[in-house]
Amino acid sequence: MHNKSVAELSRELESGAISSVELTRQLLDRIKREDGAYNSFITVTEEEALADAKAADEQRATGKATPWTGVPFAHKDIFCTRGVRTTCGSKMLENFVPPYDATVTANFRRAGAVCLGKTNMDEFAMGSSTESSYFGATTNPWGEQRVPGGSSGGSAAAVAARLVPAATATDTGGSIRQPAALCGITGLKPTYGRVSRYGMIAFASSLDQGGTMARTAEDNAMMLNVMAGFDPNDSTSVDRIVPDYTASLDEPLKGLRIGLPKEYFSDQLSPAMEEQVRNAVREYEKLGATVKEVSLPDARLAIAAYYVIAPAEASANLSRFDGVRYGYRCEDPKDLMDLYTRTRAEGFGDEVKRRILVGTYALSAGYFDAYYLKAQKVRRLIQQDFISAFREVDVLMSPTSPSPAFRQGEKTNDPVTMYLEDIFTIAVNLAGVPAMSVPAGFVDGLPVGLQIIGDYFSEARLLNAAHQFQQVTDWHQREPQ
Amino acid sequence: MTISRTDIEKVAVLARIQVDEAQVSALENDLGNILDLVDQLSAADTDSVEPLAHPLDAVQRLRPDEVTESDQREAFQAIAPATENGLYLVPRVIE
Amino acid sequence: MQWDIVIGLEIHVQLATRTKIFSGSSTAYGAEPNTQANAVDLAMPGTLPVPNEQAFRYAVMFGLAVNAEIERRSVFERKNYFYPDLPKGYQTTQLERPIVGPGYVGIDLENGETKRVRIHHAHLEEDAGKSLHEDFHGMTGVDLNRAGTPLIEVVTEPDMNNAAEAVAFARKLHGIVTSLGICDGDMSQGSMRFDVNISLKPKGSDKLGTRTETKNLNSFRFMEQAIAHEVERQMDILEDGGTITQETRLYNGDRDESRSMRTKEEANDYRYFPCPDLLPVEIDEAFIEEARASLPELPDARKARFMEQYGLNDYDASLLASDSRLAAFFEETVKHGKDAKLAANWIQGEFSARLNAEGKSVAQSPVSGKQLGDLVVRIADNTISSAGAKKVFEALWTGENDDVDAIIEAKGLKQVSDTGELEKMVDEVLAEMPDQVAQYQQEEDPKKRKKMLGGFMGPLMKASKGQGNPKLFNEILQKKLG
Repeated sequence: MHNKSVAELSRELESGAISSVELTRQLLDRIKREDGAYNSFITVTEEEALADAKAADEQRATGKATPWTGVPFAHKDIFCTRGVRTTCGSKMLENFVPPYDATVTANFRRAGAVCLGKTNMDEFAMGSSTESSYFGATTNPWGEQRVPGGSSGGSAAAVAARLVPAATATDTGGSIRQPAALCGITGLKPTYGRVSRYGMIAFASSLDQGGTMARTAEDNAMMLNVMAGFDPNDSTSVDRIVPDYTASLDEPLKGLRIGLPKEYFSDQLSPAMEEQVRNAVREYEKLGATVKEVSLPDARLAIAAYYVIAPAEASANLSRFDGVRYGYRCEDPKDLMDLYTRTRAEGFGDEVKRRILVGTYALSAGYFDAYYLKAQKVRRLIQQDFISAFREVDVLMSPTSPSPAFRQGEKTNDPVTMYLEDIFTIAVNLAGVPAMSVPAGFVDGLPVGLQIIGDYFSEARLLNAAHQFQQVTDWHQREPQ
Repeated sequence: MTISRTDIEKVAVLARIQVDEAQVSALENDLGNILDLVDQLSAADTDSVEPLAHPLDAVQRLRPDEVTESDQREAFQAIAPATENGLYLVPRVIE
Repeated sequence: MQWDIVIGLEIHVQLATRTKIFSGSSTAYGAEPNTQANAVDLAMPGTLPVPNEQAFRYAVMFGLAVNAEIERRSVFERKNYFYPDLPKGYQTTQLERPIVGPGYVGIDLENGETKRVRIHHAHLEEDAGKSLHEDFHGMTGVDLNRAGTPLIEVVTEPDMNNAAEAVAFARKLHGIVTSLGICDGDMSQGSMRFDVNISLKPKGSDKLGTRTETKNLNSFRFMEQAIAHEVERQMDILEDGGTITQETRLYNGDRDESRSMRTKEEANDYRYFPCPDLLPVEIDEAFIEEARASLPELPDARKARFMEQYGLNDYDASLLASDSRLAAFFEETVKHGKDAKLAANWIQGEFSARLNAEGKSVAQSPVSGKQLGDLVVRIADNTISSAGAKKVFEALWTGENDDVDAIIEAKGLKQVSDTGELEKMVDEVLAEMPDQVAQYQQEEDPKKRKKMLGGFMGPLMKASKGQGNPKLFNEILQKKLG
């Protein structure tokens, strides 16, 4: 049962082959048995899940079910869940139980899905390996001592390890696509504004976007059907019709124009990785797509622009964690300054502190123009690169990450090396366009991801492209041993 | 551009994060490396480029002036570190 | 040395919206602490702001009222600093593109001239909460009900040169925002708060001196005192050869003292940057025209109308037109009382004195415009004397009775206006005062004669038991004495 997709489980629940309570019990048992090896969950909500499953079964019995009624899944621990602690991977929020739901959380509740728990992540989503979590590192199911990627490494590992068929995630610079690639699953970062950010704990507001993780493209489409949509509580949410993302999955790819950005096939990419990606592109050609080389000339500046904009926004977004209204507070503060500086020194981990300090520096008097304003200008150049590219092609394809899953501890001592993990994913966030990572082969027994980037609001086309690829390949079905 | 110890100490105060001597040294190195990475920006020609604050060229929606919230003090203060008589408590503030 | 005083003001005006600028929490004053602070106001993780349309409408109305340009695409910035009453650790405000651009307001000077005070800009921002400093075991309590209340901060050019001008401007602004109905104007509840920037320069010099900022003055009186205090402080320092430190100061009105809050050197680096949770706000022509159409009569126009329609002089018209509620009260009084000049005198005299003495606003007056109008009618038609009128007013104020004529009747305040009867009394009194009559008739100086005439009034009022009409007595006396 644990190998089944959301679509399959939905059908089995509908046919009565299994009940949600049975299914939920099975997966909860599996988590108990196996997650010790991965640490993909921070919190498992057994009691709530069983209650929700029971309610879902009752709902099914009335004949008023959605495709998600009774289907188990997990939330990245960045989405606020009413009554269930939401830590964002930080000591700062170790005991934070929000009295409200994120819009995404509420959407899944309304659809009748059963949340099994909250998945591990890099602290405040700042990282590419899920090693900076206060609750310990997550391990990639594909290799002992291998990182699952990050920051949504808990969701990716849980889906790869068949603990849940699907999990929510967020992507600020690659935090959905890179862990999806490293764990051999399928993930989608939608267009900025497509999914509400309300109740999703902010890292960098103009880059953060909630998205989906599952083993199949079809399941990603089913998730996006629940998550996407206008939210009056998020000023940056887009009021635009949400299509049924599953409706166009079966469309043929004949005539699809694929662009390969030459900057993403540089010497930073190992020949073995490149081969897997090129093989995947050949599959698309077989499906009727045409391929040409394109250029994103300013993409090389994406990491630099990102490491100004994201920390700058984060430095302000994380000021609210001050020990006054919720969250961690240091012991016996002797005065107000002591309350602030100790609470924040003790409550935040090293990477979070580094980024807050970098962001504070970039915004401080005398540096604003050279850093922040300059980065915003470069951001426009990068956006224009994508706009130009999408005049010529329908989608862009590239590797998702420069290498497969690396070893735990390998990059923790050098922040900059870790940042370069996102070299192929970051420009997408700066431009705000949607992108996916789809399993596309293996190197040294570790999964490789194909990144598919689309124009604004072209999620349906991306999912269609990924789904068609998955009809002729089985990389997404491979199971870690 | 390099970042000095003094810069780091100043920024740490602005960000309200306590840092000790050893941390300042480590940060000097790490932040220096990050800023080196960031300095690639200076090579870009952006003379006639408008800054981009948001990926979507959208404008702000405004909300009607209607009360939609009710008192939830009890729920919010249940998760607060220190409250009394409905107030959040902090060490004495001297103006 | 002679000094020129240079004053600029920053005024925080709380907007009278029902809800906060970025959330649907109520802004009603006086609620139990933190009962009007929702997840957004408390900066709970993941929460996001959505701006209130009415705050923009009010800001635009204000801009139009002060002859300002309206920014068609305004932007919110984050101003970063840590303080317990600032939940997000930044204030959402406007820096680069405020909603209201340059404008001006005319103020009436004591010499009868009008002076134009330029407004640099006015921006929308959120108010902070309140820190309560009474003792909680050595701790401070924080109430976030006020956090997120919409404000416009009005920033003037340094165009005022003395305390009187600054106060005149402040009063004018108060009149404008209350007339617009965009602020309740209640200074005791902090609805308007003033920061005063003051510097001195040698008389005639065009080089500005170093300025200080005195913050958070919440009454016109304190503002006037604080300016006098600060001017004197700076003058003492400069005349002793010292220099002024650029700093923020706090003024204690009860003690007439001020002290430094923080100097420029230790000032915060606020790290302003555009708020990524909010998009640019576009104000279109239709929105502006709608706001323009909704503008009520403003103090300047009202003053002109009062002079034209009621024949009031400049001073009376200016005073009564400055405050919308006072103006409305005046018009209600005239509607019933007919005699505008008399109504104006009573409102500025007895009525205002009584309000001040009891610390009441016009809205809290126990006497209505209609009642005062009825009273004015009875004064004008000589039914009662001014002394009698004061007694009627007293009875109205204390609520002893709410009908003017009933009070006059009950208290026997009706004047005797029967000339035959009055003439008889005059004859009798003059007969008893032959010496004074002779003196009067010998006197040639009209001023002295007028004064001597007063000498007969006392006995006449006594003879009429206080009910003789003094005006008629006067006329009869003059006729009889020649």
